[in-house]
Amino acid sequence: MFNFSNEQIERYSRHIILKEVGGMGQTRLLESKVLLIGAGGLGSPVGVYLAAAGVGTLGIIDDDVVDLSNLQRQILHGTSDIGIPKTKSAAATITEMNPDVKVIPYNERITSENAFQILEQYDLIVDGCDNLPTRYLLNDASVMLGKPIVHGSIFQFEGQVTVFYPGKGPCYRCLYPEPPPPGMVPSCQEAGVFGVLPGIIGTIQAVEAIKTLLNIGEPLIGNLLLFNALTMDFKRLKLRQDETCPMCGEHPTIHELIDYEEFCQVRW
Amino acid sequence: MAVTVRIPTPLRRLTQNLAEVETEGANIESIIENLEANYPGMKERLCDDGGNIRRFVNIYLNDEDIRFLDGKATPVTDGAEISIIPAIAGGKN
Repeated sequence: MFNFSNEQIERYSRHIILKEVGGMGQTRLLESKVLLIGAGGLGSPVGVYLAAAGVGTLGIIDDDVVDLSNLQRQILHGTSDIGIPKTKSAAATITEMNPDVKVIPYNERITSENAFQILEQYDLIVDGCDNLPTRYLLNDASVMLGKPIVHGSIFQFEGQVTVFYPGKGPCYRCLYPEPPPPGMVPSCQEAGVFGVLPGIIGTIQAVEAIKTLLNIGEPLIGNLLLFNALTMDFKRLKLRQDETCPMCGEHPTIHELIDYEEFCQVRW
Repeated sequence: MAVTVRIPTPLRRLTQNLAEVETEGANIESIIENLEANYPGMKERLCDDGGNIRRFVNIYLNDEDIRFLDGKATPVTDGAEISIIPAIAGGKN
């Protein structure tokens, strides 16, 4: 019925006996293609868990090399990886964890020029990037291509997760029509980040990615999950689709990818 | 109406690092004015020169975005929880 090897039946047995996954769901995961934007704090737990779960193809896009200061939280990488590209280190960790997974490394940044060509090859995108221009770029490209994005972001001790699914719920521009001015949103590099926080937020992103791929449960479409590690507080807010949204509203005004660096330099 | 306002990390330097503050007001607009009175600088962070809420800041009454209620005129009830949710970018580094 299914084309599993004996080793795969054993490896995925705890999934296969779950009625929500089963042989059908596991086959679907093995046939799925997920693109990770960033192999850092969020991308690490997402990559590890999606690989362990048997997601068959993982694209990983990141143009950084591993730095000693990454290792407080970026569990795809180890001390001996310092100085090598994160995509290479990530591929080695993932292949060791599960040789069923085909890793496609992109040692570059996602840009308006390469976004369609890369994104169109994947079923789902996991956004674990570190800047707003990339988040708007991914949003616009994914709405145009109809691809779901599992969004995660972190700041110090707090994180946010949601699923943007074109046609099924709001997009990032419904939530934030305009970006904040530069300097209003300090980066983790400037402000610090609690090392375990991306572990929690990224792991929730992995849950949402698998649920979305398998079409089970209730992914966080139209809901923003907020987490505070200091108070161990989870809160859910409703996200509404904005009918005036320039991207996915009734009369969209954005029909092509723009210069997102420029877009995010709004005067304040 | 006494309400609790959840302050996001980037704005806590205006609230002596408090994550939650109590304030009063009949609607969102008066709550913002009262926040400004107690924590100067808050209004400028939340509203533009025309007094409109900035488009990169979302304000929630309990779990609903006030943009989809009645905006700044949205009435609040005693004990309501107001959350200020700015865009955050971090993830990779």
